[in-house]
Amino acid sequence: MDSEVKKRLLHEMLFARRFEERCYEAYVERKIGGFLHLYSGEEACAHGVLEAARVNHDYVMTSYRDHIHAIKCGVDPKVVMAELFAKVTGCCKGLGGSMHIFGVDHRFMGGYALVGGPFPLAAGIAKAIKMKGGDEISICFLGDAANNQGTFHESLNMAKVWELPVLYVCENNLYGIGTRIDRSTAVVDQYKRVSGYNIPSTQVDGQDIEVVYEAAQKAIEHVRSGKGPYFLELMTYRYRGHSMSDSNAYRPKEEERMWSKRDPIIILRDRLIEAGEMTLDDYKEMDTEILEQIEDEIIKFAEESPEPPLEMLEKYTLVENDPWVNGGSK
Amino acid sequence: MSEIMFWEAVRRAHDEEMSRDPMVICMGEDIGVAGGTYKATNGLYDKYGPERVIDTPISENGYTGLGIGASYLGVRPIIEIMSVNFAWLAMDQIFNTAAKVHYMSGGQLKAPVVVRSPGGTAHQLGAQHSARMEKVFMGIAGLRVVTPSNPRQAYGLLKSAIRCDDPVFINEHELMYNMKGEVADEEFFMPLVGSEVARSGKDITLFGYNISVHWCLQAADILAKQHGIDAEVVDLYALSPLDREGIKASVSKNHRALIAEEAEPAVGVGAEVMAIINEECFFELDAPPARVSAAHVPIPYNHTLEKAAIPTAQDIVKAALKMFGK
Repeated sequence: MDSEVKKRLLHEMLFARRFEERCYEAYVERKIGGFLHLYSGEEACAHGVLEAARVNHDYVMTSYRDHIHAIKCGVDPKVVMAELFAKVTGCCKGLGGSMHIFGVDHRFMGGYALVGGPFPLAAGIAKAIKMKGGDEISICFLGDAANNQGTFHESLNMAKVWELPVLYVCENNLYGIGTRIDRSTAVVDQYKRVSGYNIPSTQVDGQDIEVVYEAAQKAIEHVRSGKGPYFLELMTYRYRGHSMSDSNAYRPKEEERMWSKRDPIIILRDRLIEAGEMTLDDYKEMDTEILEQIEDEIIKFAEESPEPPLEMLEKYTLVENDPWVNGGSK
Repeated sequence: MSEIMFWEAVRRAHDEEMSRDPMVICMGEDIGVAGGTYKATNGLYDKYGPERVIDTPISENGYTGLGIGASYLGVRPIIEIMSVNFAWLAMDQIFNTAAKVHYMSGGQLKAPVVVRSPGGTAHQLGAQHSARMEKVFMGIAGLRVVTPSNPRQAYGLLKSAIRCDDPVFINEHELMYNMKGEVADEEFFMPLVGSEVARSGKDITLFGYNISVHWCLQAADILAKQHGIDAEVVDLYALSPLDREGIKASVSKNHRALIAEEAEPAVGVGAEVMAIINEECFFELDAPPARVSAAHVPIPYNHTLEKAAIPTAQDIVKAALKMFGK
């Protein structure tokens, strides 16, 4: 990975962190409603994997912790923020919300709010890819706790039986909502659980983006070359609670301190500084520019956008004017 | 015009659509090599191969979700769930994804899947194989629900459902696959909305759907021959959305209405039709509307008790006569 790419990724991850932290503020200010799940601390996972993928070509989906995956796929951060602000200019016109960010033009196939829901959907996208004969792959990001759903086992089984081009990325942040993994899960190492489906898997450090990138390259190469599904486990940590309604009191402070020393942004930043590729001042300047961009462009756009009109209430319940509803007559 | 069995009509719709469009696939338990529990996909595996006629593992929620995901990219899956009782397991993907993804993506995605599944009480299948779940499906926004009562409808509704961009649930019946009926030899499509007058009459409207249409027709014969009452039978083949205008038109004409349903009364088709009558044409009524429903019990294994749980044509006759003060 050359230094320009590293600097860009540092910028992207720092942007992601500042974006999410600004969402936190907007939630406290009640500009964002509903549930809000933030990605702070896990940035190297989405950025490392999707850097190795072909965004706008490969299909990506994830859970409700979805803002950053969408942005890395190419969805404009302004329309993501506008969606969070429930505005008609949002990517889903204000009908989706934080847990349902979609950017189908960028092949970001959505954020889903049922834990484990995307496992079979991603396998289905892979089935469609295989039928059409393209070289795209389907990438599904989910947390460790989703692996305790039946859909995990059902989908891995089908993906292997039919050798589907799907990469399952497990962002193992050690907690399922507020329950620590060893209290809920018989096998703590998630990559071991897929051996029962004869699917190759790896576990790597999810805080070092270069490690993630390298592991993802191998995983993606496996899937794209037609060898069937792959499971990549990334060890990571979220800084915030499961959602904003979470007191986050269940985690030992010592554990939080330990993980804060393994911050994915700081790891990459310090590596660039040590290599003489950038200075601390360069980093601070980058940070300032990002903060300004978020405030001046993104928040401003979201704030000033209108809400969806009331006529939109029923508009997308069913597909409008489908002739086959009337048996093919217009 | 040919007289064919219900399963043959379903199979013909599959075959024509799969032959026309390579993106149409079917999937389910034992539908391929085994040809389908009710033969609805018989012979299609040999004709279209394992990539398009997919024998799935027994993972209802998983393979339904897989079909929905494939539909995002233009695949048109016809998903057979062997028994509607097993469809409970796929409710998560049907309700949480298929019915909602178009809406929550702000119109970006569509999930044009067809889920077909037989329900109803058959012969002593017991509590966990006798569910009638149409009431559950029809209550969910974002999903179309149809339920054919004869081979013609089975063919025409499936043809339209496959081409429609909405997710469509087709409620079939385990006892009806060998029922014979006339189906035009030429290709045709049925609307996924509306209702059909299965028998015209002027004294009372009997509403039925799926198997209860046949009970209503039997009841209408008895009412005509033995009691001089001319009953109209309206077939509500579309359950969601229900044909509000059709219900209103028939009740406004006949001034008496009875709904026959195979399911338990609570929160059911009968309750919904009565609410529509109440909202649309209450002042046209000469008598309070009635419903004839199943007992509110899990279906028993014992055959005598099983029969006692499910309505008959005689129950409909009795309820209708009561509305005439007889």
